[in-house]
Amino acid sequence: MEWLQQLINGISLGSIYALIALGYTMVYGIIKLINFAHGDVFMVGSFIGFYSITVFGLGFFPALILSMASCALFGVIIERIAYKRLRNATRIAALITAIGVSLLIEYGVIYIRGAQPEAYPNIFSNKSFEFLGAQISIQSVLILSVSVVLMILLQFIVHKTKTGKAMRAVSHDVEAAKLMGINVDNTISATFAIGSALAGAAGVIFGVYYTKIDPLMGVIPGLKAFVAAVLGGIGIIPGAMVGGLVLGVVETIVSALGFSLWRDAAAFIILILILIFRPSGIFGKNTREKV
Amino acid sequence: MSMLKVENIDVFYGNIQALKGVSINVNEGEIVTLIGANGAGKSTLLKTLSGLLKPKNGKIEFLQKSIAGKQAQSIVKSGISHVPEGRRVFANLTVEENLELGAFLRKDKAGIHSDMQKVYEIFPRLLERKKQHSGTLSGGEQQMLAMGRAIMAKPKLVLLDEPSMGLAPLMVKTIFQVIEDINRDGTTVLLVEQNANMALSVASRGYVIETGKVVLSGPAKDLQASEEVRQAYLGGH
Repeated sequence: MEWLQQLINGISLGSIYALIALGYTMVYGIIKLINFAHGDVFMVGSFIGFYSITVFGLGFFPALILSMASCALFGVIIERIAYKRLRNATRIAALITAIGVSLLIEYGVIYIRGAQPEAYPNIFSNKSFEFLGAQISIQSVLILSVSVVLMILLQFIVHKTKTGKAMRAVSHDVEAAKLMGINVDNTISATFAIGSALAGAAGVIFGVYYTKIDPLMGVIPGLKAFVAAVLGGIGIIPGAMVGGLVLGVVETIVSALGFSLWRDAAAFIILILILIFRPSGIFGKNTREKV
Repeated sequence: MSMLKVENIDVFYGNIQALKGVSINVNEGEIVTLIGANGAGKSTLLKTLSGLLKPKNGKIEFLQKSIAGKQAQSIVKSGISHVPEGRRVFANLTVEENLELGAFLRKDKAGIHSDMQKVYEIFPRLLERKKQHSGTLSGGEQQMLAMGRAIMAKPKLVLLDEPSMGLAPLMVKTIFQVIEDINRDGTTVLLVEQNANMALSVASRGYVIETGKVVLSGPAKDLQASEEVRQAYLGGH
């Protein structure tokens, strides 16, 4: 059952993309900014997880929570320092700033700790079980469960809490949201906090799953998650989840077919095709800009 | 007793002056209307009152406290609710969620719940559609929702910007009936309307605004009778 095995690998990879893509899409939804520094928040989250486990001797879940909390704070700091003052600037100015922030984080981390990679410790046993003929590791089941729980939690926050409703209101109409008494600045910060926490979680999960981490590890997954967000329809939360999973599965299939050198290319071919044929993404409605 | 006192405010959009030394006064319990042509500055005045725009000069006092230049959020808290032009309902949220957001700053759960029932009593159509996304509502229903959302804030003063815009005559009648009802229940109303006839018939006093200035003011009856107003705004002969 080679195919089932590959499908499970694809879903595991895809759930990591999905977690990162959620942050992209939420931030875009609320301030129309493609936050290119988001992949680097994922990297920082991965390192925080790594040090929590190796230096502080924490277990997986405490490390995960510590990483998520630190990344939430980090995301808010980035937003307050770099993006807030650009809220009324042109979108291209904000985009260039985001690229600058991305480089600053990458090379800041290299400056502090060097560029050498690290190997995540093996915190889960390598035990696996057979399911319909496929070997499934306990680790991948756990990773998938964590991702699913986080996504359900996110849906709950966005749909059932006051903050979530405020986030959706601000993303639709900032002025009207102000008239409700919503504090727009705090709502935007909350969005960054939640998106960054998810990226931090993805960082820890990535480390546990793929072992090797380094200061530039956020670049490619960050871009792939961006593709996933566009694929699902940028600004649409379920779109990011589905886009991430589709992308993960497609990449794994491309590898399984023997074209593993093409797997990165596959992601970007998808991006190009989406932009040509359905720029609003799978879940997006084709709306013309209102004048 | 004076509830809202605006004295000599100047408001600019960039270099363009939209309001020039505007002064108005709204007493507790009144319906006051602002009438005037498109672009005269009526909406600008409301946006300045609710904190979306900041006046460059002048004073705004609400319940004896200055609110000029304050954040929209703290103005809502002090008891002013603004129903903006074009309704501006949150199309991506359900009717019920829109109403909940109207009560965003309130903490009294029981009061919020009973006010929501009250809104549904005033507008039974909203109750039928409470789980629907508000983007799917008709223009009239969206106006009901925008007004319901404002009621949810439990305001002392409601600013209504063109509530009749684009609505069928029957719907306009319903909306104006509700304006009179909420006023009777103790909410003061500042009403901006292009439909001057309708507005003057429910208001106790009115101000006529032209190119950023108040050019005429007085009891609604007098304005309705005034030759100037009849010619310019009431389509009179």
